[in-house]
Amino acid sequence: MLKIDAEACIGCGLCEQACTFAAIRVEEGVAVVGDNCTLCGACVEVCEAGALNIPREAGKEPIDLSSWSGIWVYAEYRRERLAPVALELLGAGRRLADKRGVELAAVLIGPGDLDQAAAELIAHGADRVFAAADPSLAEFSDDSYGNILADLIRRHQPEIVLAGATALGRSFIPRVATMLAAGLTADCTELDIRAEDGALLQTRPAFGGNIMATIVCPRTRPQMATVRPMVMKPLDRNEKRRGEIVRVEPELSQLDSRTRVLESVAADLDRVNLAEADVVVAGGRGLENAEGFALVSRLAETLGGAVAASRAAVDSGWIPYPHQVGQTGKTVAPKIYIACGISGAIQHLVGMQSAETIIAINRDPDAPIFNVATHGIVGDVFEVIPKLIERLEKSR
Amino acid sequence: MKIVVCIKQVPDAKDVRLDPETNTLARAGVESIMNPYDRHALEEGVRLAGEQGGTVTVLSMGPPQAQEVLREAVACGADEAVLVSDRAFAGADTWATTHTLAQAIMTVGGADLVLCGKQAIDGDTAQVGPGLAERLGYPYATCVKKLLGCAEGTLRLERMMDDGYDVLEVGLPALLTVVKEINQPRLPSLKGKMKAKKLEIKTLSAADIDADPGQIGLPGSPTQVVRVFSPQARGERTIFQGSVDEQVEQLARELEKSN
Ligand SMILES: Cc1cc2nc3c(=O)[nH]c(=O)nc-3n(C[C@H](O)[C@H](O)[C@H](O)COP(=O)(O)OP(=O)(O)OC[C@H]3O[C@@H](n4cnc5c(N)ncnc54)[C@H](O)[C@@H]3O)c2cc1C
Ligand SMILES: Nc1ncnc2c1ncn2[C@@H]1O[C@H](COP(=O)(O)O)[C@@H](O)[C@H]1O
Repeated sequence: MLKIDAEACIGCGLCEQACTFAAIRVEEGVAVVGDNCTLCGACVEVCEAGALNIPREAGKEPIDLSSWSGIWVYAEYRRERLAPVALELLGAGRRLADKRGVELAAVLIGPGDLDQAAAELIAHGADRVFAAADPSLAEFSDDSYGNILADLIRRHQPEIVLAGATALGRSFIPRVATMLAAGLTADCTELDIRAEDGALLQTRPAFGGNIMATIVCPRTRPQMATVRPMVMKPLDRNEKRRGEIVRVEPELSQLDSRTRVLESVAADLDRVNLAEADVVVAGGRGLENAEGFALVSRLAETLGGAVAASRAAVDSGWIPYPHQVGQTGKTVAPKIYIACGISGAIQHLVGMQSAETIIAINRDPDAPIFNVATHGIVGDVFEVIPKLIERLEKSR
Repeated sequence: MKIVVCIKQVPDAKDVRLDPETNTLARAGVESIMNPYDRHALEEGVRLAGEQGGTVTVLSMGPPQAQEVLREAVACGADEAVLVSDRAFAGADTWATTHTLAQAIMTVGGADLVLCGKQAIDGDTAQVGPGLAERLGYPYATCVKKLLGCAEGTLRLERMMDDGYDVLEVGLPALLTVVKEINQPRLPSLKGKMKAKKLEIKTLSAADIDADPGQIGLPGSPTQVVRVFSPQARGERTIFQGSVDEQVEQLARELEKSN
């Protein structure tokens, strides 16, 4: 329950503004809370009078946290390839492990010979790699992948387990967390260690990126998080790094899957490129039609980047859905994102606002896209883009 | 076939905006809506029940006000509605939510198929579906974009992956989370609206579903929010000035510098 100290409340209304649920209101000079309060804490954070408080009940007896040690990364491996996010997580994991003074391990699950992938993980920072191989693991299964990872965690008791917030990670990691009765934070964009007690501080966007929340798991272990791809920085590859490869033989019962993959269809490379591209050029309704949209593709080609689109452009049929960026499309975090003729609706912004540099080209100076843009040109896409292409080609 | 569709009432994210001046949430009359993905889960449930013979029960955990979305779901074809509502549920994270929903589903007699949206647009976690499946002991598939068929207690479907899609077979009982490509949700029918108006929504408390007090609401949640803040306004920002040619020149230099 949210506690309101009526004496301390000054009726300023900051809480009312901060509440996304319209659950708190100032009535006759005092804040009152309604039934739909979710205890998110946004109001407590903004209250300048210190009148709001969410008392934390003691809860269950804390488990013995001291037996849990070490930081683990689930290293996604599919179609004989490590997902880039696996190396990014090792970069982040290394930093956390050094802060905690503990070991950094990676878990590899897949078919066939995993030695080369394991060596790659060691070169990118892992002290130890658990490699669980079996031919049946060629196809991803929530059951077998989850059983293997949960079993390893039970046996070795790492304090932190990180995985990529990819389709695969977000599918089976919640099952693992539930099997272990562990807290899990989705799609984090920032990780740190709290100095007082070594707890993992997990920061993530919520409400479509409108607010950021920092989350901890004070009473349970392991502390689990999925982490957004392209946000963390991998370490440089270093062949000299030493590490141990531990081969794990999954038990037959662990390999049992209640789902069966009949066929696994790979999409065109274009789609894969979008999430991993350093440069993304995106077009929106401002391109007016399919021919106009072709300008975006030409600019992308000139820069060696991938093509993306707002939902308006996808709905108009100028480009297929796999290119859509935003809440109902992909999340991308390239080095450079160029938004052409895109207004910057919140549903679009959540898919691209963690890009390092955002460039907006829009003829409306008040378009919300300029609020998140690093650099902007207020101008007509049909004039700016061709000139930009010409200028870039000249300096080649 | 007994189908349960989990529906969440959420604030309409398109109304939720950051005030660039004060860096706080400007909340000019944020409306509560049915989570958009759940609408697609409902549609798939209603379609499948019609095709296979069966019933659709919509289930929500939330404040009394969440009745609104359940009525809307009935107007769109659901047969029954159940609201689990109790002050003790407030502050639930996904672990506590899945306990509550699983207990509620068992209380109403289980299900052959549970359908969820891919994610709720407030928390965007996408964790409730898989967690709920594990609580129920059901197999599951996430991000389902197409149901190919249902025969002899086995579903065939397509699930989205980052690098394409998988064609999957799963035996019932099972849980699926769906993406919006799966269908085009229907609008409420007149008959449905009449039914929704009259329907009594079954409301269950924590005691009714025999919930474990240690696994519900804020005290039963392993994750705790310690800080909520506005996203950092981005660093330096420049809007290029001058003629179009000059602006293009500045941008090209910037691009060449960072690329
Ligand atoms: C539940 C939900 C989910 C959604 N999910 C997504 C999502 O995943 N991704 C997404 O993108 N959207 C999503 N949307 C839609 C989103 O709200 C916007 O409608 C959409 O992003 C708008 O696309 P746009 O910016 O291309 O079009 P508009 O908003 O119409 O903007 C076009 C812009 O182009 C500019 N312009 C026009 N002509 C020119 C010109 N000649 N030169 C320069 N500039 C010009 C205009 O000034 C304007 O700013 C979602 C909406 C909902 C409700
Ligand atoms: N309180 C709730 N009541 C009913 N269903 C829910 C609730 N929370 C989440 N769900 C379901 O779980 C899905 C995923 O939600 P989330 O994991 O919160 O992103 C939603 O699309 C709903 O189908």
